[in-house]
Amino acid sequence: MPKRTDIEHVMVIGSGPILIGQAAEFDYSGTQACRVLRAEGLRVSLVNSNPATIMTDPEVADATYIEPLTPEFVEKVIAKERPDALLATLGGQTALNIAIGLYENGVLEKYGVQLIGADVDAINRGEDRQLFKDIVRSIGADAPRSKVCGTVEEALGTAEEVGYPVVIRPSFTMGGLGSGIATDEAMLRRMAGHGLADSPVHTVLIEESVLGWKEYELELMRDRSDNVVVICSIENIDAMGVHTGDSVTVAPAMTLTDVEYQRMRDVGIAVLRAVGVDTGGCNIQFAVHPETGRLVVIEMNPRVSRSSALASKATGFPIAKIAAKLAIGYTLDEITNDITGVTPAAFEPTLDYVVVKIPRFAFEKFPGADPRLTTTMKSVGEIMSMGRNFAEALGKAMRSTETKVAGFWTGERDDRSAEQLLDALRVPVDGRLYLAEAALAAGATVEQVAEASGFDPWFVDQIALVREVGDAVREAPSLTPELLRRAKRYGLSDRQVAALRPELAGEDGVRTLRWRLGVRPVYKTVDTCAGEFAARTPYHYSSYDEETEVEPREKPAVLILGSGPNRIGQGIEFDYSCVHAVMALQDAGYEAVMVNCNPETVSTDYDTADRLYFEPLTFEDVLEVVEAERAAGPVAGVICTLGGQTPLGLAQRLKDAGVPVLGTSPEAIDDAEHRGAFSRVLRDTGLLAPKHGTATTFPEARAIAGEIGYPVLVRPSYVLGGRGMEIVYDDATLEAYIAKATDVSAAHPVLVDRFLEDAVEIDVDALYDGTDLYLGGVMEHIEEAGIHSGDSACALPPITLGSADLLKIRAATEKLAARIGVRGLMNVQYAIKDDILYVIEANPRASRTVPFVSKATAVQLAKAAARIAVGETIASLRAAGVLPATGDGTDLPEHAPIAVKEAVLPFHRFRTVEGHGVDTVLSPEMKSTGEVMGLDAEFGTAFAKSQAAAYGSLPTNGTVFVSLANRDKRSAVFPIKRLADLGFQVLATAGTAQVLRRNGVAAEVVGKFSEGPGNVVERILAGEVDIVVNTPFGSPGNSGPRLDGYEIRTAAVAAGIPCITTVQGMAAAVQGIEALRGGEIGVRSLQEIHADLGGVRA
Amino acid sequence: MSDAILVLEDGRTFRGEAYGAVGTTVGEAVFATGMTGYQETLTDPSYHRQVVVMTAPHIGNTGVNAEDDESRRMWVAGFVVRDPARRPANWRATGSLDDELEKQGIVGISGIDTRALTRHLRDRGAMRVGISSVVRDPDELLAQVTAAESMTGADLAPQVSTDETYVVPAVGEKRYTIAALDLGIKTATPRHLAALGVETHVLPSTATAEELLAAGPDGVFLSNGPGDPAAAGYAVEAVRGVLDARRPLFGICFGNQILGRALGLGTYKLRFGHRGLNQPVLDRVSGTVRVTSHNHGFAVDAPLDRPTGTPYGQVEVSHVGLNDDVVEGLRCLDVPAFSVQFHPESAAGPHDAAPLFQRFVDLMEEQRNA
Ligand SMILES: Nc1ncnc2c1ncn2[C@@H]1O[C@H](COP(=O)(O)OP(=O)(O)O)[C@@H](O)[C@H]1O
Ligand SMILES: Nc1ncnc2c1ncn2[C@@H]1O[C@H](COP(=O)(O)OP(=O)(O)O)[C@@H](O)[C@H]1O
Ligand SMILES: [Mg+2]
Ligand SMILES: [Mg+2]
Repeated sequence: MPKRTDIEHVMVIGSGPILIGQAAEFDYSGTQACRVLRAEGLRVSLVNSNPATIMTDPEVADATYIEPLTPEFVEKVIAKERPDALLATLGGQTALNIAIGLYENGVLEKYGVQLIGADVDAINRGEDRQLFKDIVRSIGADAPRSKVCGTVEEALGTAEEVGYPVVIRPSFTMGGLGSGIATDEAMLRRMAGHGLADSPVHTVLIEESVLGWKEYELELMRDRSDNVVVICSIENIDAMGVHTGDSVTVAPAMTLTDVEYQRMRDVGIAVLRAVGVDTGGCNIQFAVHPETGRLVVIEMNPRVSRSSALASKATGFPIAKIAAKLAIGYTLDEITNDITGVTPAAFEPTLDYVVVKIPRFAFEKFPGADPRLTTTMKSVGEIMSMGRNFAEALGKAMRSTETKVAGFWTGERDDRSAEQLLDALRVPVDGRLYLAEAALAAGATVEQVAEASGFDPWFVDQIALVREVGDAVREAPSLTPELLRRAKRYGLSDRQVAALRPELAGEDGVRTLRWRLGVRPVYKTVDTCAGEFAARTPYHYSSYDEETEVEPREKPAVLILGSGPNRIGQGIEFDYSCVHAVMALQDAGYEAVMVNCNPETVSTDYDTADRLYFEPLTFEDVLEVVEAERAAGPVAGVICTLGGQTPLGLAQRLKDAGVPVLGTSPEAIDDAEHRGAFSRVLRDTGLLAPKHGTATTFPEARAIAGEIGYPVLVRPSYVLGGRGMEIVYDDATLEAYIAKATDVSAAHPVLVDRFLEDAVEIDVDALYDGTDLYLGGVMEHIEEAGIHSGDSACALPPITLGSADLLKIRAATEKLAARIGVRGLMNVQYAIKDDILYVIEANPRASRTVPFVSKATAVQLAKAAARIAVGETIASLRAAGVLPATGDGTDLPEHAPIAVKEAVLPFHRFRTVEGHGVDTVLSPEMKSTGEVMGLDAEFGTAFAKSQAAAYGSLPTNGTVFVSLANRDKRSAVFPIKRLADLGFQVLATAGTAQVLRRNGVAAEVVGKFSEGPGNVVERILAGEVDIVVNTPFGSPGNSGPRLDGYEIRTAAVAAGIPCITTVQGMAAAVQGIEALRGGEIGVRSLQEIHADLGGVRA
Repeated sequence: MSDAILVLEDGRTFRGEAYGAVGTTVGEAVFATGMTGYQETLTDPSYHRQVVVMTAPHIGNTGVNAEDDESRRMWVAGFVVRDPARRPANWRATGSLDDELEKQGIVGISGIDTRALTRHLRDRGAMRVGISSVVRDPDELLAQVTAAESMTGADLAPQVSTDETYVVPAVGEKRYTIAALDLGIKTATPRHLAALGVETHVLPSTATAEELLAAGPDGVFLSNGPGDPAAAGYAVEAVRGVLDARRPLFGICFGNQILGRALGLGTYKLRFGHRGLNQPVLDRVSGTVRVTSHNHGFAVDAPLDRPTGTPYGQVEVSHVGLNDDVVEGLRCLDVPAFSVQFHPESAAGPHDAAPLFQRFVDLMEEQRNA
């Protein structure tokens, strides 16, 4: 069936900020969808509040609205754009929920907008867990016994029927939010409570546990003539009970016979038809009993999902792209498979390699968070690897995660006994593969390890195989080519071999030997068909096999190193810059070669770069790619400065290995990254940094602190995202920190800085080419210095800075760029205290804020940076129209809108072992997973939008609860008074209330948590409070006030109301509330905004 | 682990490790792209005299079990895999694959770049090959390879067929009886028919029309099988007899080629054939696409765009392979006969095409009432 003729204008909803369970994969799918629809000649309107995405680049859609993803704002866009159809199956759960909202409140009908992809009934059949189970049974398939419950009592009753343990699953949530496994009544009471709160419809499913069963997923697609194909099967190594998002997974399924696989396929197809997803992709999860083979259906997602992004990268079959085509009427047989270019998309990909996915966690960011893996997803990112066998893929995957260890034997060895290790294996946590290996090493059998871990014996045996190879390498009198080749064939890195053979002088020694013996990888191609047809797309992965498939090339190539797994502090923003570099270099006549291992991203879409190498970002793997490309044609060099800290860390070694490193030189990078070197930079440029010193022992640290005075800020050197940073107020805490910190990062000393209290923090992104400076943007933080730049809201243009400040900042930035020797992007963080400008840090690389600045100012900074890296100048880029002909980010026109960035935090995902929430206080250590952008004429409205986008709207009336640290009381009086004048009821703790009353604000006193019944926590949980303002006091760890604050803030998170922890944040919120009360807030497309900024769009 | 070599007819040589039985074997090198179902593949008579290269790297993970054999023994002439499993891991497994290969004397090789070999066969076409874990010298093996009989012109059905007629009873109430010409039949086929109330009398490949019709069956079935259809004149003759008798007839794979030839259509050898579980086939009647299981090196030559006149009236191409427009099914418009080139009985493979057995049953029902 050809394309539908009744649709000319489609609206696409994105998934908003990066959250745990909903990350960059939806930028990948959304971007593909928008591109496809436009290529089909349709008008595309897009709504997405996340500025860090490629999909919100102005050239991706016809009209791009960076507006809050709430039914209210989306309605405004619909009213303005009047689309014919709404495509909501590519924006994750967020988009799906909004679509349902707009359907239920009649907006879709009112504006005559039809849902395409999946209709509301299908969505409900798929998402409503009970409805879904009924369908599963109706087609003769099996599902765990269960009942939907609306109250805790009902839940307890059901548990009695199905028997403990039971699984609790809130309806209509994603990433397993609020779900868990309860082994007894007490646990169920608590968890059912949380679950009911987390569910937008306040129901939970209480379900028979199939803990420990094998878990599988199928990715399917259906078109409107009812053709159905299975794109990929995925087997979880972690058994049922660990969320698929947190599980190590493998594609294709490894331990099913055809009989069993086909049964799963039949059930999957029957379910898909019965649910009635009329076109597009869907994901179905199954559990299989390891002894009896009983097959039960767990759930379905009637939309493109995280797993479908993984499946697309794993197979080369672009699910989102095809889904978009199916949505507008094409059938699978009418679409060609772009990889072969000759065969149709109506087929099932077959793999001649193995894919492994490993999640990346961030527990270290949330002290006290329970590290056990459960049915609630907690990972913040993932990596994927491919190899010609499982062991090879596993080895690559383990070194792709960029944790401290990079595969077996690269960390300290675990000396626990087999018994202890087997016990440890029974508790699902991150890194169990290492435990499994250690257990085998300690003498446990494959069967014992399989039994304890719940891993299929086949996988455990593969680990045993890797061990055997390791032993052979360790024990051989000398490394023969055969042995080395065997080691490589089973995924051992040079670093692992070096760990096994100390005499080889480390990784470099191993590589030298390996090269001399001619043991080199080849590069195979992902072709969807196991070689049956020729592939046209150079989508490669390495393997120690015989024949390489890298084609020779004429044009010079530039390799762009990506940023690896998403993690807190290094996320999608860096992928954005890499993708822009690809485009810019292609424009400049180069072949862009992308190297990355993150399956969620746009950069690893085979459509993005000219060549894609899906490889770990380790020195060994990157160097081999460089060599392979050098053999294929001229290589201009490698760009290390766009993918964040990961590639930055490789720059020096690549240069030493004779690889041309483009842009800012490794030496310059070191000048900025190394504290000692950077002090010299500051001295030479006459710029100030907060007083500081470095210490390796507590006495040293105390001496420094004594000299510069408390509070001090302590941290390990060489960190990103403020790892292990703390504000310390006294010797005791300092001592405790040193004890802890030195093992946080062994080699590096601890830095002790004077902590600038109540300083204004400023972020700057600039370009430098050796002569000229282009000041991309100056962002003023809302929260004071001390809250990590990644976690604090900020505004561009700066709202309170005077032109004198801006001049100082420009001068300082220029001096720094010149002295460091930046060639491309640089990000600087400053703090202004008492009119003095301090430099907090300078990063000679693309920063987290590049996409935000680019969208706020209509200038593509990353593209310019890539062109500077290959030798162009700011002047030539101005001439070429890549940069504005005159001026820069600091002289935006008067009417330029205010852009506000707000961070989004994942606190509600984590709980302590006792089941309490984790503290929500912001600190110098970054904790946010993503960000949103609020764009409007004034700060107030822009800020209100940013809050609506991040947390749901600010209240315009109701009750505010205030509890302030003494130092904040004075400055908070005014904004609180303003709220009272606006008619807000004010609740406050005694001390705060007293201060307020003295200043004419009638505040009702409420007891602190520690003050027993009727206390504020109870009232928050009872829904009597609409907004909480609580600035923390007392230093971390100690009880009393700090603990009260903790209870208050976690209650606010549980109740889902705004919780503001800084006075500056509160002042901004008040402005936002006033703006909201001021009336109707409008929406404007990025294209309109950029047009009247007169912006260039390279 | 002892070494083994693989030598192709054009001289390309791969070195790997001995797998399965130790020895030397020659045959036609073909690649199969299925990711599951190696046990069904090994025991599929259609692979007789072929050396099968599995593109999926891990083979043997689920071991072998008592239920999944498609015939009384393994038929492949040789087996080429990259990473054999060290241990079976599946609740139905009763043994390991290597032991079974050894027991049945199947010579194989492992640890070679199967993708390189597959791409070679894709570009140069299926060709003769030798594997040996005893012969060390490639040239010596090459001599044996070039001496081997080639697939073109090979009449192999009699070698895999049953010698005696046997009966597979219907499950539940028996509603129809059919005679199946065993050209290399897989157990899955009678199983599918039995489930529909059909009793299947399986006759040797050389059975004549008279023999097929002797018991007065409601229909006649032509199975899949190995070799060149051009060399199976006896079967073609038998089918003509069945067509003359206007008895409902259904053919699969080799059976499709035999029907084609009986109708006077030609057959030809494909460059590297279709062997996989993911092949899209368009059912031109319903307009839907079925993902089907394929295993054929030869195909029927017929115009796609129009029906063709034959001594038995008009015949049209009912199914087309979407990857390469190969004829995947025939439908006679004037006699009660149809056939498909792919495998509705799957095993291994998706079940999308299973309804074709129902279509055969419906055809028999119509004839009864006619
Ligand atoms: N009945 C059950 N018993 C044990 N574990 C379960 C059960 N149902 C789900 N799980 C586990 O919880 C995880 C999340 O459940 P799922 O239904 O997939 O929710 P989500 O919508 O978050 O993906 C699954 O991946 C599985 O590991
Ligand atoms: N001397 C200081 N006084 C006050 N706040 C500081 C100081 N140094 C750093 N900070 C705060 O800590 C945050 C993280 O510090 P930074 O050096 O930027 O580490 P990272 O490399 O993780 O970004 C900054 O954004 C700032 O808010
Ligand atoms: Mg799930
Ligand atoms: Mg910083």
